[in-house]
Amino acid sequence: MMPPLNLATQLLHVLAAGLLMISFAMLAQRRTRRLIVLLAWQGVVLTASTLLVAVTAHLQHLYYSAALTLIEKVWLMPWILLRLMRRLGIEGDSDPLVNIPTLMLVGLGLVIFAFGLAQPISSLATTVTRQTLGIAMAVILLAFLMMIARHKAVTQVIGFLAMENGLFFAATSTTYGMPMVIELGIALDLLVGVFIFGIFFFQIREQFDSLDLHQLEALKED
Amino acid sequence: MELAWVLGTPLFGAIVLAVLGARRSAAELNVVISLATLIAAAALVLRIIGHGSMTVAHEQFFVDPFNVFLIALTALIGFTTAVFSRPYMRIEQDHGRLNTHRLRLYHSMYQLFMAAMLVALSTNNMGLLWVAMEAATLSTVLLVSLYRTRASIEAAWKYFILCGVGIALALFGTILLYFAAERLLGGEGMKALLWTHLNAVKGQLDPTVIGLAFVFLLVGYGTKVGLAPLHNWLPDAHAEGPTPVSAVLSGLLLNVAMYAVVRCKILAAGAMHSALPGRMLMVFGLLSTVLAAFLLWRQRDIKRLFGYSSIEHMGIITFAFGMGGPLANFAALLHMTVHSLTKSAIFFAAGHASQIAGTQRIDGIRGLLAVSPTVGWGLMLGSLAILGTPPFGVFTSEYMVLITAMRDHPWATPFLLVALAVAFAAIFFKVQPMVFGETDAQRLPHPPALVPVFVHLSIVLMLGLYIPPALAQWYRLAASLIG
Repeated sequence: MMPPLNLATQLLHVLAAGLLMISFAMLAQRRTRRLIVLLAWQGVVLTASTLLVAVTAHLQHLYYSAALTLIEKVWLMPWILLRLMRRLGIEGDSDPLVNIPTLMLVGLGLVIFAFGLAQPISSLATTVTRQTLGIAMAVILLAFLMMIARHKAVTQVIGFLAMENGLFFAATSTTYGMPMVIELGIALDLLVGVFIFGIFFFQIREQFDSLDLHQLEALKED
Repeated sequence: MELAWVLGTPLFGAIVLAVLGARRSAAELNVVISLATLIAAAALVLRIIGHGSMTVAHEQFFVDPFNVFLIALTALIGFTTAVFSRPYMRIEQDHGRLNTHRLRLYHSMYQLFMAAMLVALSTNNMGLLWVAMEAATLSTVLLVSLYRTRASIEAAWKYFILCGVGIALALFGTILLYFAAERLLGGEGMKALLWTHLNAVKGQLDPTVIGLAFVFLLVGYGTKVGLAPLHNWLPDAHAEGPTPVSAVLSGLLLNVAMYAVVRCKILAAGAMHSALPGRMLMVFGLLSTVLAAFLLWRQRDIKRLFGYSSIEHMGIITFAFGMGGPLANFAALLHMTVHSLTKSAIFFAAGHASQIAGTQRIDGIRGLLAVSPTVGWGLMLGSLAILGTPPFGVFTSEYMVLITAMRDHPWATPFLLVALAVAFAAIFFKVQPMVFGETDAQRLPHPPALVPVFVHLSIVLMLGLYIPPALAQWYRLAASLIG
């Protein structure tokens, strides 16, 4: 018999469910601009859940972590991406070749798999957020799926960032987050990564006149 | 103190070269900084020999016989590659493939890459290890696309995305590791991420969580080692980047990633009380070796050819670490050393060979001996060495791997033998016409710096004939640490 859940835990579950919903929405979203908005929403949910854990578990470092998430994932990254798209003039771009119903079905399978994988670990965790590990893994796998299914450079990057969001959520839900120094290091690497992605967009555009990765298929085994 | 110099010198160098890298003398400066790093590393080695393992900076860094050996190797090859890169990059600049801005980026990122690898090798913190590995990737991505050709941008993109995904999986593995350890060591400070503390309590870590963590860590860092099936980025990045970058990627980055895998394997094997982590390494290693050996036949680009050869050799090393035990670990460590030295020497020779021929296509490179005997002999001897011809050191280590496999895991021996034979035939028949034969190619405008090639090859030759007792003792000590 499970003990009744308190308000904070219930709220956390709602937020986790929200995160999963956004992941599915991203999978189904063809327009790149809206994808970036969804990515920012993921950041909002992550900030809220981190803050909630910080309040309920009285953990100082999670407040900083939440602030860092708010700045980096809600404001900075989407802002950089949107700016890049404006500079490249691809704001209205979309990815029409994606078969959404199939993606959704594969995604559902992945969620079930993720929960199966997380089961033995969540039963060991002592944090208030332990049941959400399955969702965190599902978010990671769905982002993975998105990266495989999309062909635009920008969409792949968004998939990559969504994956990192899932990882961050996994860290908060199993261990109340990694030590602050490490989190800062990860954030820095990610930021440099996005910066390099930006340089890449221009390099790819300059050489290929398009950001469609179908054109990047010269290097094959032959 | 020595460690601070080892880590600080390349970091300082990256900043200096970011400012001065566009000057004509930047290449010389790069050599001087790399030499300073090498001297600091040598001092560190002497200290470890004298005083044994040590931890510094609140246990955030630690040096034991296992990693000090890799630190020394990294600093050595970092230095010789800098020596090689001086005339090589000058020729590339004369050919109009590079401008001074890109050279500045190249020099600065080269030092940053060295710094990131040295941090990854010497840190005690599994989180910092991850951050440093990611930094090593990021600093080389722009170097792979330095020429800004279509192929190089494609290679860099592939490298970035595949290694990015790989490293993300490794982060998840690190999180799981932290989760398992936090329950024993507490979340205060960073004890639960410090390898020495983890190693002390590894027998009590939860086997289920560690098992899952190890799978993620192996696949994640394994991507950077170039293990099949996530090896796709490696040949592209090696072929399209400038040759000095191919040499350090192949000779050093793969080793550093391998080091991370081995550190994780030690923890996993201790926590799971079973041979499963070792078995996983063996399977991945064997798969990579066999796959790469057969793919060697299909290569038409000289640097791709040796890129695949790197996958094959990393497979052998992974397999040997998977078998475990004093002899196999000894062989794996020796193979890491000789592979790094030989492969970087081959890339040096292959780089100049393609500059002479004006192409990287194997059928376009002919008659190297006639144009430049040193390049020709460097390539020929290097190829013979990497193929495991006696008396080179690669033969010694491969022989030890084979006899251990025959004794403990006879089923694996035929796979290994077939892979080695196939690789031998593929590389030998491709290299032979490049070295001998007729040509009308011209000599290079700047004399190539091939001293590093022959220095590397003579060390490899020496290791094949005679391993100095001090070095053998050192390998043995490191092998026993790995368990």
